[in-house]
Parts: sequence; C-alpha cells; structure tokens
Amino acid sequence: MLRMINVGVAFEGDSGNKEVLKDINLTLENNKIYVMTGPNGGGKSSIAKAIMGIYPTSGRIMLDDTDISEMGITERARQGIGYAFQMPARFKGLKVRDLLRLASGGEKIDECQLLYDVGLCAQDYLNREINATFSGGELKRIEIASILARRLKVALFDEPEAGIDLWSFQRLTETFEALHRKYDTTIVIISHQERILRLADEVILISDGTVSGRTSHEEFLNQISEMDSNCLCKSDCIKGGAANAECSR
Amino acid sequence: MLNAVDKKLLEEVAGLHEIPQGAYNIRKNGEGISRNTTANINIVTKKDKPGIDVIIKPGTKNESVHIPVIMSKEGLTDVVYNTFEIGEDSDVVIVAGCGIHNSGDGRAQHDGIHEFFVRRGAKMKYVEKHYGEGSGRGEKVLNPKTVIEVEAGGVAELEMVQIKGVDRTVRDTEVVLHENARLIVTERLLTYMEQTAESIITVELKGEDSSAQIISRSVAQNDSKQVFHLNLRGHAKCRGHIQCDSIIMDNAHVSSIPEISALHSDAQLIHEAAIGKIASDQLVKLMTLGLTEKEAEDTVLKGFLN
Ligand SMILES: Nc1ncnc2c1ncn2[C@@H]1O[C@H](COP(=O)(O)OP(=O)(O)O)[C@@H](O)[C@H]1O
Ligand SMILES: [Mg+2]
Repeated sequence: MLRMINVGVAFEGDSGNKEVLKDINLTLENNKIYVMTGPNGGGKSSIAKAIMGIYPTSGRIMLDDTDISEMGITERARQGIGYAFQMPARFKGLKVRDLLRLASGGEKIDECQLLYDVGLCAQDYLNREINATFSGGELKRIEIASILARRLKVALFDEPEAGIDLWSFQRLTETFEALHRKYDTTIVIISHQERILRLADEVILISDGTVSGRTSHEEFLNQISEMDSNCLCKSDCIKGGAANAECSR
Repeated sequence: MLNAVDKKLLEEVAGLHEIPQGAYNIRKNGEGISRNTTANINIVTKKDKPGIDVIIKPGTKNESVHIPVIMSKEGLTDVVYNTFEIGEDSDVVIVAGCGIHNSGDGRAQHDGIHEFFVRRGAKMKYVEKHYGEGSGRGEKVLNPKTVIEVEAGGVAELEMVQIKGVDRTVRDTEVVLHENARLIVTERLLTYMEQTAESIITVELKGEDSSAQIISRSVAQNDSKQVFHLNLRGHAKCRGHIQCDSIIMDNAHVSSIPEISALHSDAQLIHEAAIGKIASDQLVKLMTLGLTEKEAEDTVLKGFLN
C-alpha cells in the first residue's frame, strides 16, 4: 500500500515558485489498478515522479509501514517502486537485452516472454541498441517491458498506449490484466484510453495539480458520454463522439 | 621469454592468452622476439629501418596476423615502420596494439608508422588497441601514424581503441580510397586524469562510388583533453559520413573540429559532431531500476564505449 500525505511539488521558475502539485492525499492499495487521467499539464506525470523520488516533494510518502519521503530514486526502486516513463530515454550502446537484465536485478527472467507481452518479437529486438533508430512506439514498449521485468510493490505506467498500434495495444491491456491477476502489485496507469480506463478499479482525476475526483470507471465513462452529448462541436469532432475520453478536455 | 607483465600486456592489447594461431610477430622493448609465418603470410624484417613487411598472398582467406608491441622499460623511445601488403581478393584480420608497462619515472614511448596497401577486391579488418599501466610517474606515450591505400573494390575496416593508461597520444590516420573502395572506422577513446589525446583522420575519397564511414566515440574525464580533426575530402561521386560523439565530464576539455570538402558535385558528405554530459534521463532511468548513481554512470559509459 502506498500513501501520499499532503504531498506537494514546486519548481523555481522565472516568475517565482510554481506549484505543480498541491496537497495530494492518496491511498493506493495492493492488488488494485488505478487509472489516472485528466488534462495535459494537470500533474499526472509529476505525481508518478514524486512517488519514484525523481521530483523533490513536501509532505510524506509511505510504502506500507516505511516512510520513503527521504529516500532517493535508487533506494525507492530497491523498495519495490517502478516507473515506466512517458518519454523513455534512449541509450547509445545499451542493448534491449542489457536493459532487461539490469531491470531484473539478477533475477532470472524470460526476455522473450517479456517482449511478447508488449507486442514485440524478441528475435528482432533483444540485440538492438536502444538508440535513435527506435520508433516512439517501440521505445515505449521496451520501457514497459523493463518494468514488467521487475517484481514490484508499486508499478507506475505513464501513458503506455502512446504511439502503440492497435494490435499491440490489445496485447498490452491483456498484459496489464495478467499482471493484476498474478501479483498483488499496486498498478497505476496514467492514460486517456477508454480500454485502459475499463481496467480500473478506480479512476483518479488529476487537474491543476490536485486530485479533482475519484470514481469507478463506469461512472467516469458515463460522465464523459454526458459531456459529449452536450458538446457543441460534436458534429465536427475529429475524435468522434462518446467512445473517446479525450473529448472531455 | 614472456613474463607475467608481458602476458598481461598481450592480453590487454591483443586478447591473447598465449602464443596466437597463425602468423604473428611480437615486439618487446624495441626488438622482435618471436615470429611465425604461414604458407600465405610472410613477415620479413626491414633492412633499412626498424620494422617489418607483412606480405599477404592474393586470395588468402580467413587468416589473421597478430603484431603486438609490448614495452616494459622506462626511458625508451621505440620507433617502428611496418608495411602491409594485402594481396588481391584476400580477406584477413590484422590485430595490432601496443601495451606499455612503465613503473619508473622516465617516459616510455612507442611511435608506430604503419602503411597498408589493400589491393583490388581485398578485405582487411585492422584492430588496434592501446593500453598503458604502471605506478611510476613516467609518461606512457603512443603516437601511431597509419597510412592506408585501398584499391578498387577493396574494404578496410579499422577498429581503434584506447581506453586505459595512455598519457599522451597523437594518432594520425590517412586513407586514400579508389573506385568502389570502402572504409569503416570505429574509434573509441577514454581519457582521464591529465591525459591528452589527439586524433586526426583524413580520408581522400578519390574513386567513383567510394565510401567512408567514421564513428568516433569518446569519454573525457577529470582534467584530460581531447581533440578530434576528422576530415573527408570527396574528389569524385562518393559518400562519406562522420559521426563524432563525446561525453565530457569533470573539468575535461574536448574539441571536435569537423572538415568536409567536396571537390566534385556528386560528393555527398555528412559530418555530425556532438559533445555533452551524460544525459540525465539515462542516469535517472537506470537509477529507477535500482542502480546507484555511480553504477548508472558506469553502465552508460560502458555501453557508449562498447
Ligand atoms: N521539471 C519541471 N520543472 C518545471 N515545471 C514542471 C516540471 N515538470 C512538470 N512541470 C510542470 O508541471 C505541470 C504538470 O506537468 P505534468 O505532471 O507533466 O502533467 P501531465 O503529466 O498531467 O500532463 C506542467 O505545467 C508542467 O509544465
Ligand atoms: Mg504526463
């Protein structure tokens, strides 16, 4: 279980202090899938980075009975927190296999299965360098595989669907379901996709650096279709109608 | 004849655990100490100056030549001239390299002047590793000069690595490519403490459809200094690409001085150079997998210089 107690994140900017997260209070339980959604710039990635220790925070963060607020990234990782970045890093010279091995921390892993779980063919990828020749979607999937290679207490996935084709997307949702079935990891997925939203035990709405709502996915999707039916631009909406949560922004 | 220090040096520069298979010539402290030739590869001592001629018969396939140089004495400057004749349509690997063990306070220096003729249709892979060790204050200096001519349809692939213990180096490489000839260079360089390294590579793309690709990666740490002059000159319809990538750390200095000259309207030349710190997103990613900052840094550098 992960608890955020009055967590804030602020950055020094040109125009003084900018509060990116304010008073975040969240309890995230084991064996549940949480989907965080909300407008761009609302603070979703910042919450994930605050949990991972990448952003300095005020307030307290507890993992089970351990106060991890003062821990650095490495220590939090070793406590069982993992984060699949929205914008994954590329590495000149580091191969997919190397990354997965580093991720597993010496535990035996099935690299082929891991890549299959994110819709990639192991044979084509294991020996490839994670460099500029990777497409955005490929990079995202390698990033997700590096999180799946670990046994985590808390797994954070930041817009995992971005740049991923439909077929792989299907695999990916199955993979999240399987992860959920097999382990009691707390799974947090930042996403705007209806199919991902449907996996959620709880949908957490983040906007303006705060938690602005917590609902079930049924309720959330209902609200959206209501908003959609009130939408003035509906007839011209390129996203088209109720099926897409992004229309609510 | 080979003591423990010699064996360590041989392993570092030539990956050799014992006397190599095939043709070889081992030079120690300014003298040839052991040699083997094969039916296709002859090695002859030069008469007019120190050094050897390595002659590879046309059509020789899948053979290798090891010509390591080891130095374990201080106060020695060894200058050697080696000439390589790579016969038509042959396909060979040449492993050179120089290891210096200097435990004294005097300088130990090796200047190797290597000249290669890669004949029509021949393929040569040349691997050169430089390595220094020893606790003394004596400098370890290596100044290789490499001159290569690749005839029509020939291929020269150079792998030049210097990642430990060489205090000063100026490496000068000149290549002439004829019709359809191809050059591939990968250079890896790491400097630290007060070391300095300069690499000059000049490629004359003279023949039609010749091509050159140079990939240089370096890491400069502490107070070390590096300078790269990579130069492509296209005299005909040709293609050339330089990628020069450096990671800079601490108080190091790196200069990358590009030069590409097209002397023909169908010459296509590209130079890419980048110098920067280790990308912090790479470090952070590795730390989120449980590596310490130091481990993350080492992992990134090792991959980069791989
Ligand atoms: N490192 C940073 N420095 C300054 N501002 C930041 C930083 N990271 C995020 N922000 C700001 O915080 C706000 C929330 O960003 P983010 O958490 O990435 O939103 P989301 O993931 O919901 O789109 C944005 O206004 C963004 O510009
Ligand atoms: Mg985000």
